[in-house]
Parts: sequence; C-alpha cells; structure tokens
Amino acid sequence: MLARRVLIGVPYLWLLVLFLVPFGIVLKIALSDYALSIPPYTPTMDFSQGWSGVKRFFAALDLENFWFLSEDDLYWKAYLSSLRIALISTFLTLLAGFPIAYAMARAPQEWRPALMMLVILPFWTSFLIRVYAWMGILSNEGFLNQALMGLGVIGTPLTLLNTDIAVYIGIVYTYLPFMILPVYATLERMDESLLEAAEDLGCSRLSAFWSVTFPLARPGMVAGCFLVFIPALGEFVIPSLLGGSGTLMIGKVLWEEFFANRDWPVASAVAIVLLLLLIVPIILFQRNEQKQREANR
Amino acid sequence: MKRLSWFNIVALTLGFAFLYIPMLILIVYSFNASKLVTVWAGFSTRWYGELLRNEAFLDAAWVTLRVGVFSSTIATVLGTMAAFVMVRAGRFYGRTLFSGMIYAPLVMPEVITGLSLLLLFIAVGLERGVITIVLAHATFSMCYVSVVVSSRLATFDESLEQAALDLGCTPWDAFKSVTLPIIAPAVIAGWLLAFTLSLDDLVIASFTAGPSATTLPIKIFSSVRLGVSPEINALSTIIIGIVTVGVISASLISKRAIVRQRQDEQAAVG
Repeated sequence: MLARRVLIGVPYLWLLVLFLVPFGIVLKIALSDYALSIPPYTPTMDFSQGWSGVKRFFAALDLENFWFLSEDDLYWKAYLSSLRIALISTFLTLLAGFPIAYAMARAPQEWRPALMMLVILPFWTSFLIRVYAWMGILSNEGFLNQALMGLGVIGTPLTLLNTDIAVYIGIVYTYLPFMILPVYATLERMDESLLEAAEDLGCSRLSAFWSVTFPLARPGMVAGCFLVFIPALGEFVIPSLLGGSGTLMIGKVLWEEFFANRDWPVASAVAIVLLLLLIVPIILFQRNEQKQREANR
Repeated sequence: MKRLSWFNIVALTLGFAFLYIPMLILIVYSFNASKLVTVWAGFSTRWYGELLRNEAFLDAAWVTLRVGVFSSTIATVLGTMAAFVMVRAGRFYGRTLFSGMIYAPLVMPEVITGLSLLLLFIAVGLERGVITIVLAHATFSMCYVSVVVSSRLATFDESLEQAALDLGCTPWDAFKSVTLPIIAPAVIAGWLLAFTLSLDDLVIASFTAGPSATTLPIKIFSSVRLGVSPEINALSTIIIGIVTVGVISASLISKRAIVRQRQDEQAAVG
C-alpha cells in the first residue's frame, strides 16, 4: 500500500504547505501590529525563548486591524462598491450572454462546435490583453468616441475610461464566456417538443419562452452568475486599468495597502474580510452545482 | 434544416462582434506607422522591430516561458495524482480537507492567493524569483488540472485496467500501457490549461516575483498603466496569434484522436 500512500501523500502535503499554511500566516499577520521593521509587523514567533516566547506571541495578537477596518470609511465604501460593481456587472453579463447562448442553442447542429470554439477562444487569450484592448477604445480620443463623433451622435467626447462604466464594460467583456457556456449547456439539452406542446396548447411564442425555456435555463443562468460574480468581487486588473481613482474595489485596496502603503497587517485583514464575503456565494454555488448533478442523474 | 430566426442572427452577430472587434482593432493598429495609437498613419511593421530589439521584453518573455513550462509540468503531475485520489482512492483520513483544498483555489481571488504565498515565502526565508513563481503557479493550476483529469477518469472503464492486471501486468505497467493512453487527451488538455494560466497570470506573479524576475504580464501591466502603446499592441498581436493557432490545432488534433479511438474500438469489437 506504499503506492497508495505516496499517491495521496504527495499532493496532500503540497496543498497543505502551499495552500493551507499560507492562510494561517495571513490570519496571524492580520492579528499582528504594524511595525517599522523587516518584515513590517510584530510579533514574530520566537522559538528560541521556548514556551514563554510562544505565549508572548499569542498574547500580542488582537483584533485591532479589524477594528481599524470597521472604523475607516474607505474600507466600508470599498466593500460596498465592490459588491455593487460585481452585482451590476453580473446582471449586465447575463443580459448580454443569454441571447448569445440562446441563439447558439438554436443554431444548426453542424455550426455549434465552431460557435463554441469562437466563445472559448477569447478565454484562452491573455486576460490582461483583453482588458488592455478596451483602453484604446474607451479613451477620450479613442475609437468609440471617434466613431460616435464621426456619426454626429455626440459633439464632445464622452469620458468613459477611468470611470465605473468602463469597469462594467471590462467585466462583461472578459467574463462573458463564463456566462454563455453554462446557459448554452442547459438550453442545448432542452427538449424543443416542449415548446411545440406549449404552442399547441395556445401559448404565444413569447409566453412559451417565459413559461418553458426561461425556467429550464435557470440552473445554467444561476451557475453563470456565480462564475461571474465570484471572481468579479475580488477583481484587481480591471478596476486598476479601466477604473478611475474613484473606483473602489477591495482587490485594488488590498494591492495598494500591500505595495504602496506597505501595511501588511491591514492588507491581511482586508484579505480575511474579502474571504468571509465570498464564503456565502461560494457555498450557494456549490449547492446549485450539487442539485444540478443530482437532477441530471 | 431549420432556419435561424432574425432575432438569433442579430444576437450572434452582435455577440461575436462584441467579443472580437476589440481584439481586431488591437491587431490592425499594431501595424500603424504612427506613435499615436488611435490615428492611422499607414502600414508599418516598425513596432515589431522595436519589440524584438527591446531587451527587457525579451528577458521577461524568457522568464515567462520557463515559469510556464516548469509550473505546468509540476501541476500536471500533481493534478493527475490528485485526480486519481479524488476518483479512485475511496475513503481516507482527511478526505474532506483534501477535496476542499482542491476546489478552493478555483474560486479564490488572486490577490489573496498571491498575498498568502508571498507571506509564506518570506516566513520561510525563500528568496523570491523564478522558483517562487513556479511554486505559486504550480499550486493553483494543479487544481485546474485535477478537475479536467478527474472528469475523464470518472467515465473510465476500470475493467480494462483489471484485465491488464489479470494478464500479469504490474500495477505500474497497467497504468503506463492502459490507463495513461486513455486519459492522455485530458492530461494534455490539463497541461495546456496550466500553461496558459501561468502565461496569463499577473496578480500572483506580482506578489511572488522578486526584483530579480519579471514576467511578461508584469512588464505589460507596468507599461500599460501609463497608457496605450504601439509596442504593446504588437506584443498583444503576437500573443493572440500564438494562442489562436495553438487552440485551433489542439482542437483539431483531439478531434482526430477521438475519431481514431472510435475506429480502434470498432475494429476491436469487429
């Protein structure tokens, strides 16, 4: 049974050391105090003093950083505005993704692999490049303003880059495949004779859509929403490239606490709160997936 | 054959236009002669030339490639092992924790993963550089590999392996000559996924890279922060080109492999 032990032991140990232990360290530093030293926090565990050193270490831990987070307006605003931006952009992604997924599921069978490929291809292309592409489109002298002014729709350029609107566009654009694929998967499995039955029973096409297709697509829509919402909440690249100085998102705040302010204890506390904020949607997502698996069995 | 309704045609056209026009603009304007990125001044490959002479970008590309190859290879080995544990190992002490640790990195915000790994490396006194980025990338991408491989393993017919064992194979031989060839497409797909995740990663690399190692995304990010530049357009075009060729050929190869496997199976039955 040595082989079995190695098989389980190696990945287990790897994840323990490089995934679980680092979280312990984040928690520890979140409970420590800021100090002007290297590394910039106290206390550090000092084993050379034996048991009393360990005791002193635990005695020096406190919730001060979390109080600091709750007292400073900036963090409340950052959490709320991350939630708002993630919710709005998830909804917009659903609005944009549903018609595409719907049309893909209705397309002729032999087109579908190619259409799938077209949806997946951007996902393999660098995330950073896809966000960057929008900088040239949304800037004041960018392509969108040039096009709109050329058409005579607007007289002066719109300010789009470095606003929340640019962040919404960026999130919808980069996460659209995550919405399209699960919705498409549920719609493709749908039995179209159900729609014919509804129409035979006197439903108009629109009401057949609302009472048959829409409820059947719900699991895919829920899965897609979680797949967009969860990463959008902790997003860093999009708000820092497309958002303005007024765009507050936790990912960006954490980054700045760490790299600009060098306040590791506060950055760690921000990380812990972000994690707590994510636990609820993650558990709901897992439940939804579980239910789906059982329903498909 | 059914006809697509007008609504569906419009939805597909607008949808794919939205997905592809930004990248097309990027590609077209990488051949712009002007330094002003939004004003067209004629066709030129000038920026590609400047890019190839830019030592900093070439160094970063080399670091990124090395990190990608090493981290995705480690991730593929560990992720495939983890997939076997998840599908085959049955019950063992700490299984819940194990599967939790496999799925958690998939939903973990990158800023948290990056921060926590950096704090670990500092705590144990590991000097930051290529090695720390490789360790970090291998850790989060092994979870993606294990998801891809375990979905293939779940549908794998174990009796094939049993037959090999009955015919006198050692477990290792049975794995090598029966199991591995069958799950190979999933393992390769896992490696490719890990490799692209590694090439693409900015946030985790920024935390875990020291001053001695700069990856391409870090370099792109720091120059893009100052605004759009034609050199970055050229670099993006090269990356988009490589990815497109890679994804399309990978999908053609896997399609052919599936067809051949089916033919083999039919030949074996007949």
